[in-house]
Amino acid sequence: MEEQLRKEARRLLTEGEVAVVIGYGWNSRKTRVTPVFITNPDDADKLVFNALCVNNLSIYLTRKYKDIKALGKPAIVAKGCDIKNIVICVSEGQVARDNVYIIGMSCTGVVYKQELWQGELTDNIMPTKCHNCEVRNPHVTDIVIGDKVDFTPPEEPTGMVFDKIREFDRKTPKERWDFWIDHFNRCIKCYACRQACSLCYCERCITDKNQPQWIETSAHERGNLAWNLIRAQHLTGRCTECGECERACPANIPLNLVNSKQALIVKESFGYKSGFDMEEHPPMIVYKPEDKDDFIK
Amino acid sequence: MSEKSQATAPGGFEPKITALVCNWCTYAGADLAGTSRMEYRPNVRIVKLPCTGRIDPLFIIKAFEKGADGVLVSGCHPGDCHYTAGNYHSRRRWVGFKGLMEFTGIDMRRLHFSWISASEAIKWVDLINNVTDEVKALGPFTDYQQINE
Ligand code: SF4
Ligand code: SF4
Ligand code: SF4
Ligand code: FES
Repeated sequence: MEEQLRKEARRLLTEGEVAVVIGYGWNSRKTRVTPVFITNPDDADKLVFNALCVNNLSIYLTRKYKDIKALGKPAIVAKGCDIKNIVICVSEGQVARDNVYIIGMSCTGVVYKQELWQGELTDNIMPTKCHNCEVRNPHVTDIVIGDKVDFTPPEEPTGMVFDKIREFDRKTPKERWDFWIDHFNRCIKCYACRQACSLCYCERCITDKNQPQWIETSAHERGNLAWNLIRAQHLTGRCTECGECERACPANIPLNLVNSKQALIVKESFGYKSGFDMEEHPPMIVYKPEDKDDFIK
Repeated sequence: MSEKSQATAPGGFEPKITALVCNWCTYAGADLAGTSRMEYRPNVRIVKLPCTGRIDPLFIIKAFEKGADGVLVSGCHPGDCHYTAGNYHSRRRWVGFKGLMEFTGIDMRRLHFSWISASEAIKWVDLINNVTDEVKALGPFTDYQQINE
């Protein structure tokens, strides 16, 4: 699989079809993988693909990385779940489909965090998204690398995140409140969650606006709650549950929980699943006159 | 007078209700209630906005941050928005935001949504009375006010 990947990268760069290949490569001790940006065909052998490749590299296609954009047309090594983010970026006009070459990777799952890796991919170290994955065979690609994967996701979503959501739905408001305040209290307002997300591409994030200052910037409970609510709200109907925000959070705040809950709401209310259709507008910028409003008096 | 002294003032707790309303329908409905000299609970503070489409969920958070015990968001009925589709868009936004607030553990008796037209003064009066009584029964929103300290 890696050979096939390297060959394609080499071809793309040699023929000038792309200027840079964004992919994964080993760190110096070969213990973790890290993003690599290959511009020279001779470096194509640096590319790797394995269960450690958890990062969602689609972030490098956004305007957050102007220096990478300046290199010219990129090719990107992307798992199905990463492609979902690219699909959203295309549907929101952030990336032109013709301006990116998607090297889709057949995938059998990754580790939730690279730290967990002990040489073997077992169910218990895979993130929830892999257990429910519909895109192990990548869905929007220019080329697919690897053999077809035979996997049918379960009807009812499974995994830790969904177990937790079901447990949560049975809790009282007060219990839920205490849970979240306890977690949000630990937020240090580092905004790593935002920086890691390829859908948080605003030139100026609402939390950085100070005239007026809607969200307090100090890591105080009040501003922490406001920040986390608004982050989740701005991702509602867009978030693909890739899990990068939670992985980036140094305070271990269970952001996947709230993201997946919002995704369930959107699916139930508007029949929308994010990241599958480039032509479809995200549900929060369109409407139907017959949308549900039984909660409105 | 701060919320706290109000909460313990003689005569019991009087909740603060923030109403975020659209100028063209709900505000006009509330205005009609006023000019018709209808009496209703004085607990509501009205914030007039051009359209429900202008009501950012941040306003709701801000209201709670500033000590509201309950929030009401209201605008023109579907089809009546003066900017054609502002309320259709905000309705979708509310679906997401309401779910989020619920998931976070905000008691949904503290957050209400309604459509009230310029002629529905009676609906406005009833709604404000009901929301006020409901929130009054719940007591001050100490959970939120505690994180304000
Ligand atoms: S969610 Fe699917 S495509 Fe993404 S890493 Fe897991 S199995 Fe692979
Ligand atoms: S899971 Fe997090 S990082 Fe991924 S799309 Fe959703 S909000 Fe962004
Ligand atoms: S990454 Fe975690 S700690 Fe940092 S701002 Fe986001 S939620 Fe807060
Ligand atoms: S003008 Fe009233 S909701 Fe748009």
